[in-house]
Amino acid sequence: MGTILDISAVDMAFPTPKGEFIALQDVNLKIAKGEFISLIGHSGCGKSTVLNIVAGLHQATRGGVILNGCEVREPGPERAVVFQNHSLLPWLTAYENVELAVKTVFGRRKSRTEIREWVEHNLSLVHMDHAMHKRPDEISGGMKQRVGIARALAMQPDVLLMDEPFGALDALTRAHLQDRLMDIQQTLNNTVIMITHDVDEAVLLSDRIVMMTNGPAATIGEVLDIPLARPRDRLALAEDPEYVHLRSEVLRFLYEKQRKVEGINAGKASDRAGGKRKSVAA
Amino acid sequence: MSAIMMKIRLNYQRVSLSQWGQKLFKSLAMPMLGIAAFLLLWSLAARNIDTSLGQFPGPVAVAEQSVNLWDEHLAEREKAEKFYERQEKRNADRVAKDPGYVPKVRQYTGKETFIDQIFTSLVTVACGFALAMLIAIPGGIATGLSKSLNQAINPLVQLFKPVSPLAWLPLVTMVVSALYVAPDPVVPKSFLNSMITVTLCCLWPTMINTAVGVASIDNDLLNVSRVLRLGALTHVSKIVLPSSVPMIFTGMRLSLGIAWMVLIAAEMLAQNPGLGKFVWDEFQNGSSSSLSRIMVAVLVIGFIGYLLDRGMLAIQRHVSWDKSSTVR
Repeated sequence: MGTILDISAVDMAFPTPKGEFIALQDVNLKIAKGEFISLIGHSGCGKSTVLNIVAGLHQATRGGVILNGCEVREPGPERAVVFQNHSLLPWLTAYENVELAVKTVFGRRKSRTEIREWVEHNLSLVHMDHAMHKRPDEISGGMKQRVGIARALAMQPDVLLMDEPFGALDALTRAHLQDRLMDIQQTLNNTVIMITHDVDEAVLLSDRIVMMTNGPAATIGEVLDIPLARPRDRLALAEDPEYVHLRSEVLRFLYEKQRKVEGINAGKASDRAGGKRKSVAA
Repeated sequence: MSAIMMKIRLNYQRVSLSQWGQKLFKSLAMPMLGIAAFLLLWSLAARNIDTSLGQFPGPVAVAEQSVNLWDEHLAEREKAEKFYERQEKRNADRVAKDPGYVPKVRQYTGKETFIDQIFTSLVTVACGFALAMLIAIPGGIATGLSKSLNQAINPLVQLFKPVSPLAWLPLVTMVVSALYVAPDPVVPKSFLNSMITVTLCCLWPTMINTAVGVASIDNDLLNVSRVLRLGALTHVSKIVLPSSVPMIFTGMRLSLGIAWMVLIAAEMLAQNPGLGKFVWDEFQNGSSSSLSRIMVAVLVIGFIGYLLDRGMLAIQRHVSWDKSSTVR
């Protein structure tokens, strides 16, 4: 399998009143088609910035991203994003939210019945067919996130970008959605980049875990291959020695090699400057 | 959100009948008590105010005059009907005598009654408000979308927002007389003057609220739009407009309130045959019943203003997706 996505020599600097804040420095990553990549690191290390650059929502200061031989210059549906807080349009039903994406992406190429079938198909992939005519405020957080995933999948993206997709959910819902995502990944063989804070989630879902060093000037510290056979079963893996070993590898990186040394406040300040939102340094 | 609403509804159903009766009593009794106290104070105060037009009208005099106004309206309608009957008969007679005669039909030109004037006012305010919305909503969207446009326009909005209708009216009158010179005008100039004055005064709240609503759209929703590469028009119609609907309606309610308030003053000066002219004419008339008749107009103006606001609220509830924002 060849490389589908090439992140090469990416630097990212945000202007602040005190001068430039270097968030990322020399990030290099090649991703093969069908690979599931997790980005893990302490908060404020620039994971979201990497994802936003791949999505095209941010422009790298130096270096760039090449997808299928073309440079990424702007956001687009071939790099669908699942946002951390679902980002469904609150005035549309689940169906209409997915439909808007499908119509925008395939509007001319699909007939009306094909569009309807495709929307319904994607909603049933995430088991949302029973509540597809409900509006976001009528369904639970987990269901909203599922619709968000259905919307992203429906765009048939070359790369699926997920920004802590399950971060805001309770543990049981999260486990359920992780299993769902593994099933879907198994059938569709999507290329996925997922940001996560959760070590178990990273090991369970990924083919490779990309571990980032602490900012400022964060970069990729280590890349860990996860050679566990698929389909993976969370219960069986819980006591699998290889799983346990891989898990401790990630933990060691996070808590020994890249231990957060700053105090809570300093951490927050760098978090803000790291630019999860655009508002840099109040 | 909806879960909370469901809970409230469930709780509401669980309330027993007697409790429900108590609630009804409370919700009716308190306003009634307030109104009764007001009427009492009013009649007491009225008795002690003597004007050059006689004693200030109390509730009874006002009630009498409101009946009078209604009777006058009915009488005028009857007169009009009789006029048309006579005219029809006359024309029929002439056609019978002379088959080549083309019958002339003339409009009845009796004086406008209080009820007619209410309708004139409503039509004027509706037109002025509609024109204002046609300018304010697109204008607000444009200024909300573009920061530099907002910076350019905001000082002007702040400058014109506090201007009284009475200051605009002379200018509007002169401009309308200069530009509106059709030999056979579709609408009278007085109507245009009042309407444009209303428009100029009620533009601003909607414009400002729309701009704020558009500018404060959730960043994530904007990112969704960017990822989908929505075109400018689709972006406005699918993301911007729905998301700012609650704010737009808040502005529209404020605007309609201002429009109705401004209209009375504008009609007074512009002599548009609406409620404002009614008040002015009664004041100039200076008969012993004038003050009570003006007081009837005051109450009617207030009541219609209230109905307009409730109407907007009902539309807002119907249209808006954000049910929580419409409760206030």
